[in-house]
Amino acid sequence: MKLTLKIWRQDGPTAEGRFETYDMPAVVPDMSFLEMIDVLNERLISEESEPIAFDHDCREGICGSCSMMINGIPHGPERGTATCQLHMRKFKDGEHITVEPWRARSFPIIKDLAVDRSPLDRIIEAGGYISAPTGAARDANEILIPKEAADAAMDAAACIGCGACVAACPNGAAQLFTAAKYGHLSLLPQGQPERWTRAIGMVDEMERWFGSCTNFGECETACPKEISIDFIALLNRDYIKAQFKNRRLSGQKS
Amino acid sequence: MTKVENAQRYVGAPQPAPAKKDGPFFVMFWRSAVGKKWIMAVTGIMLIGFVFAHMLGNLKIFLSADAIDHYAEWLRTIGYPILPKTGVLWILRAGLLGAVVLHIWAAASLTRMNRAARPNGYKSPREYVAADFAARTMRWTGIILTLFIIFHLLDLTWGQTGVKDFKSGDVYNNIVNSFTRVPVAIAYIVANIAIGIHLYHGAWSMFQSLGINSPRFNPWRRGFAIGLASIIAIGNISIPLLVVTKVVK
Repeated sequence: MKLTLKIWRQDGPTAEGRFETYDMPAVVPDMSFLEMIDVLNERLISEESEPIAFDHDCREGICGSCSMMINGIPHGPERGTATCQLHMRKFKDGEHITVEPWRARSFPIIKDLAVDRSPLDRIIEAGGYISAPTGAARDANEILIPKEAADAAMDAAACIGCGACVAACPNGAAQLFTAAKYGHLSLLPQGQPERWTRAIGMVDEMERWFGSCTNFGECETACPKEISIDFIALLNRDYIKAQFKNRRLSGQKS
Repeated sequence: MTKVENAQRYVGAPQPAPAKKDGPFFVMFWRSAVGKKWIMAVTGIMLIGFVFAHMLGNLKIFLSADAIDHYAEWLRTIGYPILPKTGVLWILRAGLLGAVVLHIWAAASLTRMNRAARPNGYKSPREYVAADFAARTMRWTGIILTLFIIFHLLDLTWGQTGVKDFKSGDVYNNIVNSFTRVPVAIAYIVANIAIGIHLYHGAWSMFQSLGINSPRFNPWRRGFAIGLASIIAIGNISIPLLVVTKVVK
C-alpha cells in the first residue's frame, strides 16, 4: 500500500521543529506502525540523512515506550493498543498520516518524536510504593483479598506509563496515570499503611507538573490499556478524605 | 542521597511548579486542583439547587398572577417572625453569591493552570473521541451564564432595562412586560439553552470530582445529568416562550 507520512522533526529540546513529508510507496499491510518507521529510517540512513528518533522497546504493548500522536489521536485510531500494536492494515491505501510527539509542558521533546516523560517518575517517587517486610517470602494467600478488589487493582496495574493520557487530555493532565498507579496500590490490603500519605503525595507532585482534570474522558479512550476514569474518581475521593483523616487513628480497623 | 531535580539534567528540561508551602487546612485544600474541583462540585450543587427551586417557583406564573406574586412575597417572609423579614432571603443570597464567586474563581484558576500545562500545542488537528461539545464549551457557557445573571438581575430585580411599568413585587406584570420584548425573550431562551448545556456536563462531572463512583449506579449518572439539564432548561424556557408567543398575557 502507498502512504504519505507527515512527521514532526525537531533537533533538540530548544530547537524549532517542523513537519517533513515522506512518501512510502511500498508499505506491507501486516507491518506495525513502528516497523514502517524502521523501513523509512533504513531509507533515510542509506540516503545519508538523519533517521527519525522515536521511543520503542518491547514492541508488544507492555513497556509503554512508544509515544506518537497519529492523526490527532495518541497511539493512533485503534482503541486499546499502543503504537507498536497498530498495524498498517488499519489505514487506507493512499492515506495521509500525520505523526507528532506528545505535547505537554512537562514532556519536552528530546528529539523528533521522543519526549522526556520522567516527570511521571517523580509522581511515582511521591507515593507509588508500599512498605513490605524483608526476609522470607510470605505465604501467597496469607492475606485474603475479595475477587472484585483484586480484579480492580489489576485493571489499574495494567498502566504502562506511556503518557497517552497526558497527550490526549485537552488540559495536559496526568490524572489517569496517577489514578491508575494510586489505585493499584490503594485498593489492596498491602497498600493501606501509606494510603493517605500516598494520596496527598502523588496528587500534590502531579499538580506541580501537569494540568488538572476537568472530566473530559479523553484519556480513557486514548489509554492503550483502556484504564477507566473510575480510578480518577477514586483518587479524587481519597485525596479529599486524606485531608480530613486523623492519621494517628489509621492503625484502627474501624 | 540527594535527589537530582529534573531541572538540572539538560537544557530545556521541564521545570515543576514550586512545592506547596504548608498552611492552614482550608488554604492547602484550595491550593490543590483536586480540592478546587471538589469546591466547584459542591458550589455547583448549591447553584443547581437554586436554579431548580427558582424554576419551580417561577412556573407558578402559569397558575395565576396571584400565585406567583404570593410566592414572591413568601420568599421575603421565610423564617419570620423568629428572624427579621427577608432575613432568610439575605442568607440565601449571600450563600449564592459566595458559591458563584468560588465557582468562577476556581474555574479561572484551573483554566490558567491547564493552559500552562501545554503552552506549545499540537501542530496538527486533534481528533477528540470522548470530549463532547458540552465539556469543551464549559468556559464559554459559563461566561454566557455570568453575563446573563447580571442582565437578569438588572432586568427583573432592579428594573434597569426599561421594563414597562416596572414595580418591585409586581412579579407577574414585570415578567410579562419584560418578555413581550422579542430580543429579551430570545436572550432568555439562549441563556437557558446554555444552562442546559453547562449542566449536561456539570451534573455528570460533579460525581467524578466528588469521587462518587460505583459500578452499581454509574450508569445512572449520565441519565441524571440529562434529566436535570432538560427539566431545568425546558422549565425555564417555557416562560419566555409562552409570554413572547402571547399564550401568557
